[in-house]
Amino acid sequence: MSEIISNLGLGLSVALSLQNLALCFIGCMIGTLIGVLPGVGPIATIAILLPITFGVDPTGALIMLAGIYYGAQYGGSTTAILVNIPGEATSVVTVLDGHQMARQGRAGVALGVAALGSFFAGCVATVLIAALGVPLTKLALVFGPAEYFSLMVMGLIFAVVLARGSILKAITMILLGILLSTVGTDLETGQERMTFGFPPLSDGLDFAVLAMGVFGIAEILRNLEHTETRDVVQATIGRLLPNMAEMKQSAWPIVRGTALGSILGILPGNGAVLGPFASYTVEKKLAKDPSRFGRGAIEGVAGPESANNAGAQTSFIPLLTLGIPPNAVMALMVGAMTIHGIVPGPQVMTRNPNLFWGMIASMWIGNLMLLVINLPLIGLWVKLLQVPYRLMFPSILIFCCIGIYSINSLPSDVIFIAAFGVIGLAFIKFGFEPAPMLLGFVLGKLMEENLRRALIISRGDPWVFLTRQIDAVIFGQPVGIPLSGILLAIAAGLLIIALLPSIRKGRDEVFVE
Amino acid sequence: MRKTLFAAAAALVLAASGAAQAETWPARPITMIVPFAAGGPTDIVARIVGEHMSRTLGQQIVVENVAGAGGTTGITRAKQASPDGYTIAMGHMGTHGAAPALYPNLRYDPAKDFEPIGMAAGTPILIVTKKDFPANNLKEFIDYVKANGPKLNEAHAGVGSVSHTTCTLLQSIIGAKFTRVAYRGTGPALNDLVGGQVDFGCDQIVNLVPQIQSKNIKAIAIATPERSPSLPDVPTAKEGGLPEYEVSAWNAVFAPKGTPKEITQKLVDALDKALSDDGTRKRLLELGGVIPEGAARGPQALQKLVESEVARWTPVLKAAGVTAQ
Repeated sequence: MSEIISNLGLGLSVALSLQNLALCFIGCMIGTLIGVLPGVGPIATIAILLPITFGVDPTGALIMLAGIYYGAQYGGSTTAILVNIPGEATSVVTVLDGHQMARQGRAGVALGVAALGSFFAGCVATVLIAALGVPLTKLALVFGPAEYFSLMVMGLIFAVVLARGSILKAITMILLGILLSTVGTDLETGQERMTFGFPPLSDGLDFAVLAMGVFGIAEILRNLEHTETRDVVQATIGRLLPNMAEMKQSAWPIVRGTALGSILGILPGNGAVLGPFASYTVEKKLAKDPSRFGRGAIEGVAGPESANNAGAQTSFIPLLTLGIPPNAVMALMVGAMTIHGIVPGPQVMTRNPNLFWGMIASMWIGNLMLLVINLPLIGLWVKLLQVPYRLMFPSILIFCCIGIYSINSLPSDVIFIAAFGVIGLAFIKFGFEPAPMLLGFVLGKLMEENLRRALIISRGDPWVFLTRQIDAVIFGQPVGIPLSGILLAIAAGLLIIALLPSIRKGRDEVFVE
Repeated sequence: MRKTLFAAAAALVLAASGAAQAETWPARPITMIVPFAAGGPTDIVARIVGEHMSRTLGQQIVVENVAGAGGTTGITRAKQASPDGYTIAMGHMGTHGAAPALYPNLRYDPAKDFEPIGMAAGTPILIVTKKDFPANNLKEFIDYVKANGPKLNEAHAGVGSVSHTTCTLLQSIIGAKFTRVAYRGTGPALNDLVGGQVDFGCDQIVNLVPQIQSKNIKAIAIATPERSPSLPDVPTAKEGGLPEYEVSAWNAVFAPKGTPKEITQKLVDALDKALSDDGTRKRLLELGGVIPEGAARGPQALQKLVESEVARWTPVLKAAGVTAQ
């Protein structure tokens, strides 16, 4: 314990130097800005700013780049709530209730609770990284392909539970998402699937392309139908700080969201995307009146927003303790470290303690800065979004195009977002929700890959998913835990709980829509 | 990004006017296409070398990451760029060696469609196993793999990746079959190797050094003629009795065919200077990189390398029956 405190002390002394404070602030500011602007994501931004950090010492450079990443998580929620566009996979869920709250004139409260929840989650995650980084990494390592597959099955069951309205439509959309995820070059054989010989499809569809199309562009198209009944909330932001009742409502969701997000964030293979979905599902199940969800329930913002920020930060754990990046942004951080001559891995903690602890301490300072950037300055970001719609939508479109182009530098991606925009508009018209499709898309790919991997390793024996055991030590006794089987059992249980009332209620809800 | 866009716009305007002057080159920033995502080994080499070349040439070299189809998307774009010296590319063992065998519909010829500038730096390939793998040296490893072949799982980063092609070469040299498990990128593959879910793999040194040093995985052999200063304890494949297994993930600079000789010469000199600079060398060596020296530098050596690599990979990959299309 005292070691942790002295380590954090060392970290604070590094992070509080004038230069590092300034870099942290710049990073958080840029992060918030790109988070607010639809389309420009942290991956592109970090890639562009990488060469600029050449002149700075590695600790400062990483502090700034990390600030961009978690700053974008804060900023992303602003756009999700006010404009109804999720910039990242992790803010898809915030759209559902956050934007409804904004429509009801409670945008300020939604933004406030998102920022407070994120801040709480950020603080907890910082302590977690400092205290439990090493043991938690060991947990992540026991996850093999079979466990991943079961985890993804659980995730898809979440998607069914998450859906509102017709369960049949939700399942249709999930299946469509999975189908879209199979486009591209087959990982095991190298064969192209469903590309129609069209080269831009050979690497499959990008998540950002799909999300920006069906949410962003489709939303713009829909708004243009009616003059000035636009969705960017214009008039009232309202008060920012939640009142006592709202605080009480969101306190536990924030705690639960933080816990779920932290755990899922550590898993390699982008487990972090599951955090907000898991949190939303849990809150919906625990709520006395689940029908409020999707209609502006504050818990539906508080929980997932905490989960995504917690996940964003704990995803640094595998990078810092093992040197293995769990997602694309972290892969970029590996690049940033190696460019500065630091090879990420278990030895970073002992060989570069200043960098390791300085970065962790800077995360806490950064979260504090973000609270300041986001709450009192929220007016500034809102101003940015309150520009009249005739000026607003062309700039959103331009940012979407630039943002999508900057990821792979492929013109075809820009055309794809236009196509998915039209498809997304059709979904809206026919009452199909795009969120389950996106989740199906994200999880479908991971699920297929891990299914095949697990079956190859088991030489085709499907029972591996139920029988594979993980070695663990409980009370000094070595025991085998069928982790994969347990996850599948939970999934089956969830499905039963979800289906029974949904089938009964489904019909009413269709009429409500 | 603004710079990239600006450069792209400027390139369009100037290409249209056809006003590229070899004498005044470079008059504006140069785009270096890296056919992989930012942060990977090729990207890092490109940025380190590119930074020093910028200083020599007096113009910024802007790295543009055009990822996709095993790097062939970016290289195809480089081939189609106007040969005015303002677009160059960082090619790689995959795009200029293995690609013709992997992609039957490849839209460029690695040996004919480019002006070679020179080798930048290569990263050696290592054979690594999970930490409790029964073999401790290359001979034991080969015997064990031959005896237990199909029961063993090899992790690679997807068909056509460096870790896949180099292990395909290993398979063909030792004449054993093992079960191949594909991952999306080296990160997840390494994760499962550290976790002991799979048995072994082949990969570039830059990803592996920390895991080997902290004994999370075991290094069996390094596929270079000499041991690496980053891992002096790891014997070479030659020492282990497998001299045919000599392979590295080389990276090299190319310009589109038809780029004026005056310009390519300036690029050759700038690259040569970058590779002789102490700061650049230190950075590349820290990555475990191998820097070409003397006769191994320059356009002629690169042209020969490309031809020999295509000739080497084509039969190996064809025999293994892997294509990406």
